[in-house]
Amino acid sequence: MAAATEQPAGSPLKWLAWGTIAAIDLILLYGVTLMYAQGETAFALVIVLLVCSGTWVFISGRGYNYRYVYPALLGVTTFIVFPLIYTINVAFTNYSSNNLLPLERVKEILLSKTYRVEGESYPFMVFQSKDQYRVVFTPTPKNYLVSEPFTEAAEPGLLPAKLQSDIPKGKELAFRETIKLRQLLKTQDIKLPSGLQLSMTSLRKFGPMLDIYRDTGSNILEDVRNGNKLIPDFSVGHFREVPPDYNGDLSQRETVGPGFVVYSGWDNFTRVITDPGIQGPFLQIFIWTIIFSLLSVVFTLIIGLLMACLVQWEPLKGNGVYRLLLILPYAVPAFISILIFRGLFNQNFGEINTLLNMLFGVQPEWFSNEFLAKTMVVIVNTWLGYPYMMILCIGLLKSIPGDLYEASAIDGATPWQNLTKITVPLIIKPLIPLLIASFAFNFNNLVLIALLTGGGPNIIGATVPAGATDILVSYTFRMAFGQYGQDYGLASAIATFIFLIVGTIAWVNLRVTKRMVE
Amino acid sequence: MMVQSRNLASRVWTARIFMILFLCLIMFPFLMIISVSFRSGNFATGSLIPDTPSLEHWYLAFGLPWEDADGIITEPPFPVMLWLWNSIKVAFMSTCIILLLSTTGAYAFARLKFKFKEHMLTAMMILQMFPAVLALVAIYSLFDKLGNYVPWLGLDHLGAVTVAYLGGLALHIWLIKGYFETIDNSLEEAAFIDGATPWQAFRYVLLPLSVPILAVVFILAFIGTVAEYPVASVLLQSMDNLTLAVGSRQYLNPQNYLWGDFAAAAVLSGLPISVIFLFCQRWIVGGLTAGGVKG
Repeated sequence: MAAATEQPAGSPLKWLAWGTIAAIDLILLYGVTLMYAQGETAFALVIVLLVCSGTWVFISGRGYNYRYVYPALLGVTTFIVFPLIYTINVAFTNYSSNNLLPLERVKEILLSKTYRVEGESYPFMVFQSKDQYRVVFTPTPKNYLVSEPFTEAAEPGLLPAKLQSDIPKGKELAFRETIKLRQLLKTQDIKLPSGLQLSMTSLRKFGPMLDIYRDTGSNILEDVRNGNKLIPDFSVGHFREVPPDYNGDLSQRETVGPGFVVYSGWDNFTRVITDPGIQGPFLQIFIWTIIFSLLSVVFTLIIGLLMACLVQWEPLKGNGVYRLLLILPYAVPAFISILIFRGLFNQNFGEINTLLNMLFGVQPEWFSNEFLAKTMVVIVNTWLGYPYMMILCIGLLKSIPGDLYEASAIDGATPWQNLTKITVPLIIKPLIPLLIASFAFNFNNLVLIALLTGGGPNIIGATVPAGATDILVSYTFRMAFGQYGQDYGLASAIATFIFLIVGTIAWVNLRVTKRMVE
Repeated sequence: MMVQSRNLASRVWTARIFMILFLCLIMFPFLMIISVSFRSGNFATGSLIPDTPSLEHWYLAFGLPWEDADGIITEPPFPVMLWLWNSIKVAFMSTCIILLLSTTGAYAFARLKFKFKEHMLTAMMILQMFPAVLALVAIYSLFDKLGNYVPWLGLDHLGAVTVAYLGGLALHIWLIKGYFETIDNSLEEAAFIDGATPWQAFRYVLLPLSVPILAVVFILAFIGTVAEYPVASVLLQSMDNLTLAVGSRQYLNPQNYLWGDFAAAAVLSGLPISVIFLFCQRWIVGGLTAGGVKG
């Protein structure tokens, strides 16, 4: 496609490129109309924008240089920038498992609710041909209202019926056999040509069904049975039922049906600050996140540097083998190592406790004691992370001129003096941005927490599930995808807070790197 | 002089003993998990080395039923091989796309001139610090909606996970760009003089010279996507669609604790990835330090 404008006009390659672009554009524009029809205006607009810019980049000669970056930028925008903006947007809504759908969908659900009308009802017959059944009514002799066929495996549904003068195909079932089918028949409603809906009301009869609610416009629904009104309460995202001509306080009335998503302003943020069941755990988790990241960086650095020095030390023979073995924790995928540790640290069945029991007669409760759980998390993370530091340190150590150590050896310096007076001062400067990056990585190290402890042991008195080893990311992860009551809005509010922190770290890192280059 | 060399010898020995002790500590989990995978049953028997080695967990890990001495047949608890295959499919596809996009992107950033180049680079630098973990709610909703229009990009489809991993591009662009900049561009200029287009210079001159970094990025991206947990755990639901990283977790459920089965599955699936990594470690280490040190 890059060759589009480079070929002389009229060459087949150029036509091919233009054809491809046109085809892709057509498919995408078709998608846009679909989205627009479904009310996803924002989505549709974004895609129109992408189609236009993409087409320009690949057709115009002036956009030539952008052709190489456009797809990459598209990937980064769609899967990093857009989700970030979307998350911030969700933080200002009440989006949660209780308020999951947009208002329009909730309205549709309410409008599709029906009730059975007393009174008139119609006797029915069931005709069977092979494994298919049809419900048949005879409004007048020689006239048959025949439903669409259904099988025993049919999902609950609405079957349209048609009027015909011939007797339907198949054989009429005896009453006894019809009774056997009653569970199935109850799930199938019949829609008559007049629009009337019927469902089974007794063993011999179908009765009419009516919609409970009627749309009276401006999002207010009316209950046709008693004239009560359903009014959307936009402050909580629920419909509330009020009697006709009610003018009092909405917030005192009962809510009806599922909730819908509304913008709730700074509610989620104020909840974090004011709700004691969130504020307490949040602060505790925030402090632990920082301690955890700092400890991880410090320990991995110390061990990594130490091992790098040993591996690089010439008198220690066989350092190729040592290096290979030392890198091993980095070579094994983290999710496997973490799960291995989860099993090894197990209170009753774990090999670590078996060993400790044999040696010292103790069986620490690694997962239920807060301090031990935190210790375990740091130990495992150090084990996982030191090879990376070691690799970086080896690279940096190689750049230190060897004559420095020769000079210090002549002066009779100890290894400790070598380390603190020569090695560390020389490598600390290029190392700082890497340490900051490592801090940021551990700050968001969801995999470790989710797979090792799942956040536990739980903090008592927390409104939303929170654990002692939870870091901010795993806290939001549990909030949004945990087993109890997903609260996307609150999770996004805390994620927004994390964005600010990560953004600051990234900015600081950029500054430090720039200063180094200058 | 004599004193000093004895001093040195004792230091070397101290270092060696320390190193060996440390390695024992580091290797403990690996040795243990191999031992557990040969132990019969799923619970600790009190000994660290199995008394009666059995292949039961290995049979189950390979998806074969196991019949024990009493004739009781155990079916494999989870489709491990299928999960491994899913992981490989997803990782291979997304790595290929990542490699394609980040190479062309890096070429433009390294060689071509265009507006906002510096801004885009800075933005990439900052954005690569924001992992997908932070926006899982958004990613979930995005694919939920996409699934309405393109079914294979919907929730619980491997296609969705493959595409979601494309967000990891930014880091690789920086890595490849760094490498491109170390290659002298006189060859490309010679090609331009001969009338080559930028695309031809990229495809026939620069690309063949950059095979080492492409290999490094391929391996790094591949291992990264195979081991990715958060996004896959949110997007995938049904048992047969899980990737290994998401599925493995099922083994250590407190209600259904299958420690021995897990051990065999972990060794089986971890081994190929680790071997690939160790095999390529020289290049990876080179790439990591080069990319890392240059920032």
